[in-house]
Amino acid sequence: MNPVIQAKGLQKSYAGHRVVDGLDLSIHKGECFGLLGPNGAGKTTTLRILLGLIAPDAGTATLLDLPVPQAAREARIKVGVVPQMDNLDPDFTVAENLLVYGRYFGMPDSEIEARIPDLLDFASLTSKRDAKVPTLSGGMKRRLTLARALVNDPDVVFLDEPTTGLDPQARHLIWQRLNALTQQGKTLLLTTHFMDEAERLCHRLAVMDNGKLISQGSPRELIEQNIEPQVVEVFGETSGQWANDHAGKFSQRFEVSGESVFCYVQDAQPLVTHLQAQSELRYLHRPANLEDVFLKLTGREMRE
Amino acid sequence: MSMNNFALPTLTLRFFPIWRRQWLVWRKVAVPAILGHLADPVIYMLGLGYGLGSLLPEMGGTSYITFLAAGTLCYSSMNSASFESLYGAFARMHEQRTWEAIMNTPVTLDDVVLSEILWSATKSMMSGTAVLIVIWVLGLSNSLMSLWMIPLVLLIGLTFSAVGLIMTALAPAYDFFMYYFTLIITPMMLLCGVFFPVTQLPEALQALAAVLPLTHAVDLARPLMNGAVPEQAIFHIGVLLTYALVGFYISLVLFRRRLSR
Repeated sequence: MNPVIQAKGLQKSYAGHRVVDGLDLSIHKGECFGLLGPNGAGKTTTLRILLGLIAPDAGTATLLDLPVPQAAREARIKVGVVPQMDNLDPDFTVAENLLVYGRYFGMPDSEIEARIPDLLDFASLTSKRDAKVPTLSGGMKRRLTLARALVNDPDVVFLDEPTTGLDPQARHLIWQRLNALTQQGKTLLLTTHFMDEAERLCHRLAVMDNGKLISQGSPRELIEQNIEPQVVEVFGETSGQWANDHAGKFSQRFEVSGESVFCYVQDAQPLVTHLQAQSELRYLHRPANLEDVFLKLTGREMRE
Repeated sequence: MSMNNFALPTLTLRFFPIWRRQWLVWRKVAVPAILGHLADPVIYMLGLGYGLGSLLPEMGGTSYITFLAAGTLCYSSMNSASFESLYGAFARMHEQRTWEAIMNTPVTLDDVVLSEILWSATKSMMSGTAVLIVIWVLGLSNSLMSLWMIPLVLLIGLTFSAVGLIMTALAPAYDFFMYYFTLIITPMMLLCGVFFPVTQLPEALQALAAVLPLTHAVDLARPLMNGAVPEQAIFHIGVLLTYALVGFYISLVLFRRRLSR
């Protein structure tokens, strides 16, 4: 079976700056695929190319077996989109937002009306059916945006930072719903910079930086391929001095960030034994996670 | 493949769900909206028409207020279409990101821009018709020919919404629209025969007025309100349609460019 989303050699420049630079991607049916990367890595531009909203300067893309942007309109009949910034209709109620949006897909009102109760139930918004959008909380607005993206019963859902700005309760509810969607066999393509979100939701991930994919695989593969299995974080006023004197002896690799030292090790035991004797230092020993991979691949410096 | 910003528009019926969206928004505020659109032109028409009109002789065989009624209909339709296609469309494109939401569906930018023009023209037709009803009630026009004003204000709406969208496509922020109103719309109100015949102007300004779309709208409206067939009707309609079509095309090209990033 062909991939649901496929990109080959995509390139896109704005004002001489290459935002997407030779990107290859294939995403299969039923998969939740995560695109990770710092701000400005080219994630949103990639989504916009794959949706057929902008044309790449070079390369080809297909969405649901249709070439984009050439046949983007036809392809989007079976696609849902949760944008990064809310663009719900503030003048309308929750139910009216769904009705009006369904019409853009050419659906008759009766068909949309029939779907609204299920969509509201899925988004836990049944009691808010007639509430106006400005009265909703941030989490409710996101859930409504998700419900709106499902109004046409799409095969593929694009989600651009679906939980940015939400509190933990609201994020967990969105995660549950996204899991439910993959269980229904829908294909999800999401961007995020929350590593716990990526680790929890995504079957496969790609880390993107400066317009290029720099690593790809399952969350576990990414960790195994890119980083030592154990991390010991060392904190304290004297941690910098300690790192100069000792960190190299005990770890394969270490990084100093402010008053914290991150030691990446195959075997943490000698380091932990050593640290137990250093009364002025505190430490945290944990398995390596995706955030460590992300920081290793994209660096610790700010991207603004 | 690169999308061609200069391609001719693809016209489809997909604009209609967007038009229905605007209608649903408008319906929620219909009464204050109609009163708001009615108050300004009617106050001007009555104030200037009766106040100033009592000092003036007849104009072209009618009272000044009847003369003014035709001009009022035209400029209020122009204003209504301009406000909607500048402030309204900019809010939907930029602030509320309604266009972005719509274009994630099988609807394209061409459909969105067409819907904006048709919606602004619809609003213009509604407010123009409301003013026309006031004119009828006041007995300022009693010719059946004045019914032709309804399609005419729709055409005026199409013209000025299409031209106005060019500004919307270029605007960095709402402040920008002040230039358009101060430098384009207000001068047109004063130069195009709304308050006095264009022939009263110095020749250079008459030549300028002749190329402005509002002049052609007024030249159509005034005879219709008096029950006469406008001279050179096809020419005037042609000028308005040309402004509408060229405005649509230029604004679409500019929107394609603006939104392709």
